[in-house]
Amino acid sequence: MSEDFTVSKVLDLKGLACPMPVVKMSKGIKDVAVGEVVEAITTDPGSLADFPAWAKTSGNEIVKTDQGGDTIKFYVKRKV
Amino acid sequence: MENAEQKMAEIQAQLDSLRAGQPENKLAMVVFSGDLDRALASLIIATGAVAMGMEAVLFFTFWGTPILRDKNKSVSGKDTMGKMFGAMLPKGADALKLSKMNMGGMGTMMMKNLMKQKNVASLQDMLALAEELEVRIIICEMSMDLMGFKREEMIQYKHLEYGGVAKFIAEAGTSKIQLFI
Repeated sequence: MSEDFTVSKVLDLKGLACPMPVVKMSKGIKDVAVGEVVEAITTDPGSLADFPAWAKTSGNEIVKTDQGGDTIKFYVKRKV
Repeated sequence: MENAEQKMAEIQAQLDSLRAGQPENKLAMVVFSGDLDRALASLIIATGAVAMGMEAVLFFTFWGTPILRDKNKSVSGKDTMGKMFGAMLPKGADALKLSKMNMGGMGTMMMKNLMKQKNVASLQDMLALAEELEVRIIICEMSMDLMGFKREEMIQYKHLEYGGVAKFIAEAGTSKIQLFI
């Protein structure tokens, strides 16, 4: 898992509750090219389990997860 | 050596037929219940499935049928039973009640307020999202007939069809996930 990547897009999902975080993530990933990284910021505790599950099923990769305070930041690389 | 070729052809044919019989990346769910909480769950699951890259089909039947009534539409020409059902059954998503702790309507109202506070989407919002995500809805013809509902009083929904059990089973039969609520 490489630490050097640049964020092409930031997805602010703060305050959204299930199922909105993954729904918006699945839409947002389409706005970047394959190989680019999206930073998704969420406050939904369910996201901790949902995002990895979504990434696995959709074929994308979470290159970094940042848990701090009340937000979780997922750095998702588009692979398909 | 002919035998080996023959065997290969047989195996290829079997492989092709197995591939053809694979379920699609689809979720099919029966929405039999008319409760607010159950309806919400069905839509969260359906939209979640689309977010995960699947296709989703919902079959609204029995107590689920009134969920799709449009509260702003009325139709005439119903017989007595039809009129009775029309009055007694909820008129659309906004009129649904919790399956438990309804407490004469108070529980449902409290739940709706709580959901608004926590930014959880309402049932109407979920239906709009489902339409945007191309979730398909099939309404049970028989339930429409039994309850005296007419197509003109149902909501406008872009991916709406009418069908019977065979239509649902055909969808469910080719789906990876089949659910009933």
